[in-house]
Amino acid sequence: MRHRIRWIASSFVALVLGLTTTFPVPAGAQDKPRYGGQLDFVVPSEPPSYDAHAEETFGVIHPIAPHYSLLVRVDPFDKTGTKPVGDLAESWTISKDGLVYTFKLRQGVKFHDGSEMTSKDVKASYDKIIFPPAGVKSLRKESYSSVEVVEAPDPHTVRFRLKYPESSLLLNLASPWNWIYKADILAKDMHWYEKNVMGTGPFLFVEHVKGSHWVGKKNPNYWDKGKPYLDGFRATFMSSSAAQVAAIRGERAHIQFRGFSPPERDQLTAALGNKIAVQESPWDCLNFVSMHHEKKPFDDKRVRRALSLALDRYEASQKLSRITIVKDVSGIQVPGTPYATPPAELEKLAGYGHDINANRAEAKRLLREAGVPDGFSFTFKNRGIPHPYEPIAIWLVDQWRQIGLNVKIETIEASAYHPMLKRGDFEVAMDFQCGFIVEPDLDLVRFVTTSDANYGKHRDKVIDELYRKQARAIDVEDRKKLVRALEKRLLDEEAHVIWTLQWHRIIPHSAKVKGWTITPSHYLNNQLDTVWLTE
Amino acid sequence: MWKYLLKRFLLMFPTLVGVAVVTFFLIRVIPGDVVELRLAGDRGAASQAAIDAERVRFGLDQPVWKQFATWMVGVARLDFGASMWTGSPIWDEIKLRFALSLQVAIMATLVAVGLAVPLGLLAALRQDSWIDYAVRIFSIAGLACPSFWLGILMILTFLIVFKWLPPMVYTPFWVNPWQNLQQLVWPALAVGYRYSAVATRMTRSAMLEVLREDYVRTARAKGLVQRLILVRHALKNAMLPVLTVIALEFAFLIGGLVVTEQVFNLNGIGLLFVQAVAHRDYTLIQALVMLVAGIFIFVNFAMDVMYAWLDPRIRYR
Amino acid sequence: MRRPYESNKDGGPKPDRRPDGTHEENDFTPEDNDFTPDRRPDGNNMAITTPIDQAANPTEPTATAATWAVIRDFARRRTLGAIGAAVVVVMIVVGVFAGLLAPYDPLAVDFGAMLTKPNAAHWLGTDAFGRDVLSRLIYGSRTALLVGFGAAVFGATIGAVLGVGSAYFGGRVDLYLQRLMDIFLSFPLIILALALVAILGNSIPNVIMAITIPMIPRAALVIRSSALTIREMPYVDAARAAGFGHVRIILRHMLPNVIAPYLIMLTAFLSQAILAESSLSFLGLGVQEPTAAWGLMLRGAAVDFAEAAPWMALFPGFAISLAVFAFNLFGDSLRDALDPKLRTL
Repeated sequence: MRHRIRWIASSFVALVLGLTTTFPVPAGAQDKPRYGGQLDFVVPSEPPSYDAHAEETFGVIHPIAPHYSLLVRVDPFDKTGTKPVGDLAESWTISKDGLVYTFKLRQGVKFHDGSEMTSKDVKASYDKIIFPPAGVKSLRKESYSSVEVVEAPDPHTVRFRLKYPESSLLLNLASPWNWIYKADILAKDMHWYEKNVMGTGPFLFVEHVKGSHWVGKKNPNYWDKGKPYLDGFRATFMSSSAAQVAAIRGERAHIQFRGFSPPERDQLTAALGNKIAVQESPWDCLNFVSMHHEKKPFDDKRVRRALSLALDRYEASQKLSRITIVKDVSGIQVPGTPYATPPAELEKLAGYGHDINANRAEAKRLLREAGVPDGFSFTFKNRGIPHPYEPIAIWLVDQWRQIGLNVKIETIEASAYHPMLKRGDFEVAMDFQCGFIVEPDLDLVRFVTTSDANYGKHRDKVIDELYRKQARAIDVEDRKKLVRALEKRLLDEEAHVIWTLQWHRIIPHSAKVKGWTITPSHYLNNQLDTVWLTE
Repeated sequence: MWKYLLKRFLLMFPTLVGVAVVTFFLIRVIPGDVVELRLAGDRGAASQAAIDAERVRFGLDQPVWKQFATWMVGVARLDFGASMWTGSPIWDEIKLRFALSLQVAIMATLVAVGLAVPLGLLAALRQDSWIDYAVRIFSIAGLACPSFWLGILMILTFLIVFKWLPPMVYTPFWVNPWQNLQQLVWPALAVGYRYSAVATRMTRSAMLEVLREDYVRTARAKGLVQRLILVRHALKNAMLPVLTVIALEFAFLIGGLVVTEQVFNLNGIGLLFVQAVAHRDYTLIQALVMLVAGIFIFVNFAMDVMYAWLDPRIRYR
Repeated sequence: MRRPYESNKDGGPKPDRRPDGTHEENDFTPEDNDFTPDRRPDGNNMAITTPIDQAANPTEPTATAATWAVIRDFARRRTLGAIGAAVVVVMIVVGVFAGLLAPYDPLAVDFGAMLTKPNAAHWLGTDAFGRDVLSRLIYGSRTALLVGFGAAVFGATIGAVLGVGSAYFGGRVDLYLQRLMDIFLSFPLIILALALVAILGNSIPNVIMAITIPMIPRAALVIRSSALTIREMPYVDAARAAGFGHVRIILRHMLPNVIAPYLIMLTAFLSQAILAESSLSFLGLGVQEPTAAWGLMLRGAAVDFAEAAPWMALFPGFAISLAVFAFNLFGDSLRDALDPKLRTL
């Protein structure tokens, strides 16, 4: 009898031990979300208007996105920011030929004024985006040129018919800018949403005091029962980044959704220790050097290649990442995303090899061959923004010095910068690329010959063809091959532009903030429905 | 005197109109366009058609003189239009920021006067003594320190030594006076110190001037007590130029604190100016300039009135 | 527009015209800064003879000796001002000989030495790019002085010309010029400079111009009121009646009177110009990277690293303060010496 009890006791102990080691007690991250609390965050700039269809700045997304829903959105828990999930759409199907996308909408979703959301609201919103009437501004119209018509056959179904198949459409529809508005309001006044808020999102609009703050409170009738966890949020507008850091440091704000520089992160971690959590990610933004193909000697691809070969990207990655918001050496897609070129292959491109001395010798040789004398001088135009434009410009000038080029920096104020680029009033200039979703279609469209944004005025039919093919490619592996080929042509063979380093997004935030995952885009994951506060 | 004051009053208007004209045309010379900025945003590309369409909405496609006429008509009705960047009425944009700038200006003035008058007097009465030197060095140091550096130093000191930060969010005085003062007292001190430098020097030299007057010298010869009495009288005469300096500097404070506001993160008129210029928001820039210039011109007029009233010896021009 | 120095003209001492046209009131009178008169036995003032005498009597045979005497006396009587002047001279020397004095190339990026503390190799440490702070400070003085002197001298001179012209010609000319100056005065300096930089661009010559233009009306104001005191004098009309040309009258009678306020104003403008340049650079609207300029060194990385690497922000700020301080001390004492009755600025 006694050794039976012992047997039961020891097997019980073994069982418990076994269970706890195989299924360890969850760490804090898996805590059950807590209800309540107000999220305080700071926003570096104020929204010029409230209509996301007509604006381009994160100053619109950060405070206002919580009031709206999208048809589909990017998965807020996916670090690469490339996975679409349904928001107002419960499910969807794509026809075999890729020409018809049918979305089944959730039922019982209500606008903040109590009226029901149906497919006519989705259709009206997308009509505004894709087929805006005269006098209505829609900035992303061109990216939906494959859409022929948007239909609403019944109150809970929306259908997109395309003129030609486009593999990026679904992700494109998940754009954080495509807020769903109310059809009745749009029918009366297309400009109403520029100054007013009425959506189906997790938070209700409370107030906006210009120059000061934006307040939202929990939507008790949000369709996703059990969410949001927060009682509300308060966004304070602060343009000075030192003040933003001070606010987080003084525990007056929890988070800033755009990004801080490495020294700012270091300040916060040094001051607050484990009260600060830091999330980092490559950023879907990058500075590249644009050379005007109609100005000598930059019409010669040897010169352009030389400029790229001179750059020691790996050293810069190490050193510049200490002082400014860049880090990864990358190709034309953000590292870690589906179409990004793996490092081993990237090294084969001009300027991406590890032997910098050989590269620089080659660069000098190319310059000589192209007839560029030693000590040749040109002007590099840069945009007047401290991070990371200024540090990158300083680095570039220094690197080009190493191959005997004498470069002068001319800084153009940010407001005058685009007109300068458009006029083509530059020899070599800093350009930039920021996307809201990492998608080759969206990121590469500007390198097509006819693009408005092709400021360097390169004319390359091969790139045009490659772009068109990859946009229509349905098979992922095929598409990858085409994207790589485009990259090689753009950066290596023709060196139309010179990639510098990928921006690096650093979000140090109060450790109390949970349920928010960083993505490569500062336009994503701002609805705040999944966010909760501990304590 | 009344004829003189009337003339001065009437002269305010051509000056204001002149300011309006200069501003209007000056900002349109700056390259860059509010529409391009709005549309290009962070992504850096916008189609020409969209830009042209927006331009029409703002009336930017009209010839310049016509735009000016439209604007002036509005101004005559005290309607400054709407900001080109946000579309809201100008007064909405300005009012909160103006309240803040005004408050900082007033507080800085109080600091300045509180420092300048006693110090200036002291230095004048004890001229060439160590007190005089100390005051002069103190006031010149105030002029010398760039205000943004002073601000950076102040914030650093708070952080490192006191481990405390002043509130970075503006609460209007009528909402929560204590928090409001907590935030604004530091920039007021930084600015007031600089401001007091000018006023101290002026007080000192004005007092010196007055003390040289015959009646003061005679009193001095007669004995100390009388000198004190006369110093009080002398003070009244000396205050006139001091008040002028203080008033003129005050007028500059309203729009001129651009860098201080950036360092202390104050959402004031100075920063609004910088943002408006960066955005090429013509209507806002014009309205702000008219506001600041208007204050300056009005303060000058007030000075004229005061002089005419207090000093019967002024020469009429 | 009434200004402080326009009052009390009737209350002041009557100007006493000497045969050569200079005015006694511009000489240093003994009571001015002391309560005890200070006269040497030969009846001359113990204090310095002013440069005005020199200007009015250019054929003084002992000009050099007199200049040295002036400097020596100035140093003795006005120690503070002398110190200020000495600092200014040092700064000018440093700016001119920057190439010889700076240990490193101010533009040389050195990733191996980023953000190092002041040590034997880098006396004032390095910045975020490994550039030597001391070298950048030395070359920065060149930028500061270039912009400071450029803007101040142009602004003061053009303003003085306008002020004298306005005072001399009077009437309509005066009225219109005054209004024009008032208009530009209504803009805060930094705002006007900002707008001008936006229009012109931000190379060094453009920044100089952007700071010069707001200074012109301020100078015109000051000089005009000094010139006015002469204009009022009947002998000017007499000279015109006698057939003397405008230029001669201006040069011979008005100019000597305005030189003192001009010099004093110049020193004040110098310090204001240096401050304006550093403010503009701090805002990102002045001189641009990678040029070494004090205000620029305070921007961006210096603020980010203010705690981790305070030397980046401390030294440039200190340099600016020192320069402005020195100019002000010197200007202050210069004013006390030349004409303490001038209460402008």
